[in-house]
Amino acid sequence: MNEWLAIARANDVPRKGARVVHIEQMKIALFRTGDDQYFALKDSCPHQQGPLSQGIVHGKTVTCPLHNWKVDLESGEAQAPDQGCSRGFPVKLEGDQIFIAIPISVASVEAVA
Amino acid sequence: MKKQKLILIGNGMAGMRAVEELLKAEPLLYDITVFGAEPHVNYNRIMLSSVLAGEKAFDDILLNTHDWYEDNQIELLCGDPVVNIDRVKCQVTSRNGLVRDYDRLLVATGSRPFMIPLPGVDLPGVIGFRDKADIDSMFVAAKNYRSAVVIGGGLLGLEAANGLSKKGMNVTVVHLLDNLMERQLDPPSAELLKASLEERGLAFKMQAQTAAIIGDQRVEAVSFADGSEIAADLVVMAVGIRPDIELAQSAGIYCERGIVVNDNMQTYDPRIYAVGECVQHRGQCYGLVAPLFEQAKVCANHLALHGVGSYMGSVTSTKLKVTGIDLFSAGDFNEGEGDETLILQDPALGIYKKLVIRDNIIKGAVMYGDTMDGSWYFQLLREGTDIRDFRSNLLFGQHDIGDAGHGDSQVLLLDDSAEVCGCNGVCKGEIIDAISKKGLFTLDEVRAHTKASSSCGSCTGLVEALLASTVGEGYDAAPSKKALCACTDFSHDEVIQTIKKQSLLTIPAVLEYLNWKTVDGCASCRPALNYYLLVSAPGEYIDDAQSRFINERAHGNIQKDGSYSVVPRMFGGLCNASELRAIADVSDKFNIPEMKVTGGQRIDLFGIQKEQLPAVWKDLTDAGFVSGHAYAKGMRTVKTCVGKNWCRFGTQDSTGLGVKLEELTWGSWMPHKFKLAVSGCPRNCAEATIKDFGVVCVDSGYELHVGGNGGIKVRVTDLLCKVETEAEVLEYCAAFIQKYREQGHYLERTAPWVERVGLSHIKQAVVENAEERKALSERFKYSQQFAQVDPWKQHADGVGAREFASIRVA
Repeated sequence: MNEWLAIARANDVPRKGARVVHIEQMKIALFRTGDDQYFALKDSCPHQQGPLSQGIVHGKTVTCPLHNWKVDLESGEAQAPDQGCSRGFPVKLEGDQIFIAIPISVASVEAVA
Repeated sequence: MKKQKLILIGNGMAGMRAVEELLKAEPLLYDITVFGAEPHVNYNRIMLSSVLAGEKAFDDILLNTHDWYEDNQIELLCGDPVVNIDRVKCQVTSRNGLVRDYDRLLVATGSRPFMIPLPGVDLPGVIGFRDKADIDSMFVAAKNYRSAVVIGGGLLGLEAANGLSKKGMNVTVVHLLDNLMERQLDPPSAELLKASLEERGLAFKMQAQTAAIIGDQRVEAVSFADGSEIAADLVVMAVGIRPDIELAQSAGIYCERGIVVNDNMQTYDPRIYAVGECVQHRGQCYGLVAPLFEQAKVCANHLALHGVGSYMGSVTSTKLKVTGIDLFSAGDFNEGEGDETLILQDPALGIYKKLVIRDNIIKGAVMYGDTMDGSWYFQLLREGTDIRDFRSNLLFGQHDIGDAGHGDSQVLLLDDSAEVCGCNGVCKGEIIDAISKKGLFTLDEVRAHTKASSSCGSCTGLVEALLASTVGEGYDAAPSKKALCACTDFSHDEVIQTIKKQSLLTIPAVLEYLNWKTVDGCASCRPALNYYLLVSAPGEYIDDAQSRFINERAHGNIQKDGSYSVVPRMFGGLCNASELRAIADVSDKFNIPEMKVTGGQRIDLFGIQKEQLPAVWKDLTDAGFVSGHAYAKGMRTVKTCVGKNWCRFGTQDSTGLGVKLEELTWGSWMPHKFKLAVSGCPRNCAEATIKDFGVVCVDSGYELHVGGNGGIKVRVTDLLCKVETEAEVLEYCAAFIQKYREQGHYLERTAPWVERVGLSHIKQAVVENAEERKALSERFKYSQQFAQVDPWKQHADGVGAREFASIRVA
């Protein structure tokens, strides 16, 4: 079951930027686009596990700081011709409270894996 | 919205390229139907020579498979040429009677071989060299007959002759002039070519005017104006091509030599476009692939209703596809009045290179035997580069002016398992595989798919050679103006000038003013724009942290595990016991896993987590350190030798001068990283001659060296000038840096910048013109007021804390 977790306020995340959210042992990158949409991906590039949260955000894409892979914020998919996917998590905004849906069991399992 | 109907007449390379580009840009805009005269899918016509020579199978040169057409929902009607265009009803009719309506029509009917109207030209056994059917006729002839005559000693004729000869026929090439490939070669190189083709068994009859083709049921001989005759079972006519405009003309579309189009590739009927060999653009018809692909791109862009980009014509280059013969020519290689010619000739090695130069700009090039630098000369030609600064080494090639020599012209002989790209570990076999399986044509595509040549770029020449051998030459003729990135068509220079002229102060203002194609740019253009704004209006522009690479946001170097490394600044590389002790204390306190002495004479602390950074900085700044900016596109380090205070050879106080230079320049942002060094004598222990700005002290003063690089391509500095006092060193240095800051393209180091703009240009501004030097130096000092704020101190004091803190959810 997914559980909506309150994780941050809208303005905790810079526009065209990201914050790292630790849930259990897992690191999630919480992104905010230039037009104030929020997305959450596992903070790990499908290429070599670079921290996507540290990349440059443009449109609905983040460019990984390690080797410039471009990852779609909505789907987590790497932009072709690169192939791979970072796990995404549903995000919702109520007022200025950001919630993320993540099964706690996943967070603990991911941390081990 | 109902889809519009697009019909392409001509299932060849130019037309299909336009369709592919269109699908990339707007995949859903049109229902597409393609009519092709030949009964095949689209294939790489250029490689027919290789099929004829037995080096490739026909299947190897297919560009789009039937599945591809199906997957992209394109209706392909091959073997059924369009015979009528009704422009009033917007309808085409095919030979088999199929009728299709169009909203937009693209005519790409290509060209036909020109058949000289000689008596006997219609006899069986007389063919052109244009399509798969011609090659099939040649295969049959080679099996059943012995002698062939090829009429025409141009590119196509020689490739046909070579192929037939390899198939075992006795081939004579007949040419009207005494110079083979006269449109591409001058007499000396044509002679070399003829000699080596004769060695391979081809016979030539030069200055020969063909009078008739003789035969009864089939061709038997060719006779000449001088009365002589040569027996022939096969005659290949390769004297030129003519744009195939019959269909267009019959539909009343305005044609001259070719179908006349504007810069958007539109014919006089605005619903009808045309691309390829059938087209006449600004009076030019093209028969080479690079210009056709450029046309296709523009046309697709227009069909996609993006409406940007226009075709401005092309300069072309040529290579002969006869394996084992290296030949390259480009531009106008016959010298006219006022031109100068540089020639390098080594008959024993069979090498000939000629460059035609006008006002220090290359106008044309012919090379035989060693064509490795062909693409370099071609680039200099297209970009109109002033070559005066490296003219004396020009003929010896790019290697001779700074490339440490990564090139290997023998790449084609390497095993498939040989590593081509050392950065990304890509082997030759993988590259060739990707090119053929994924249908790649350009360097950029190979980079995207294989990563080869996408990091440091030193293997670019090798990858280009592999591309050329796999799909043929000449696809990658980049336009002379390079766009800053895919978000815009404007070049770096245009963006820099606009920012300055319009006094723009923010990235959104630039994006809006220049009509950026993306909402908020990309990871390539945003850092560049942020830098250009910074240089244009220091103190006024609004810096955008989110447009800086993470290293510059976090003031450390991100490492592969996501941790950071931190380098405290040690001015001139000097340090003392208490500073070292402070670093040691930090290392203990934060359990720093590794420390290393850097090449720039600093100490690097590795493995620091981002959240720890402000605390680490606090301790370092308390001990008196400022950031070493080891992460910055900016001023890095001044490396020094010990100088005359201690060294028995030292002529000046090199460490002292190094400290002064570093105090002047630290904190400065640049287009790329920037390194300095000061050596106390010409023994040059600080390696000043491979730095961006290097000082070599001599007894009478200071030699200033610029544009060196010890990285991917080792480049030794150029001597800027010699000065007498330290004060002058500082002023010249500031002026040089400011010139680079204002003129360099983002991510362009001084070495390529110096080569691009020319040392004389820089000397003029920094050395010869005292007023300009002072102005540059003043502008640099002005900008330093804003730059010399220690970011570590700021962050240690709590500025931008959010960047470093993560959110923890229980």
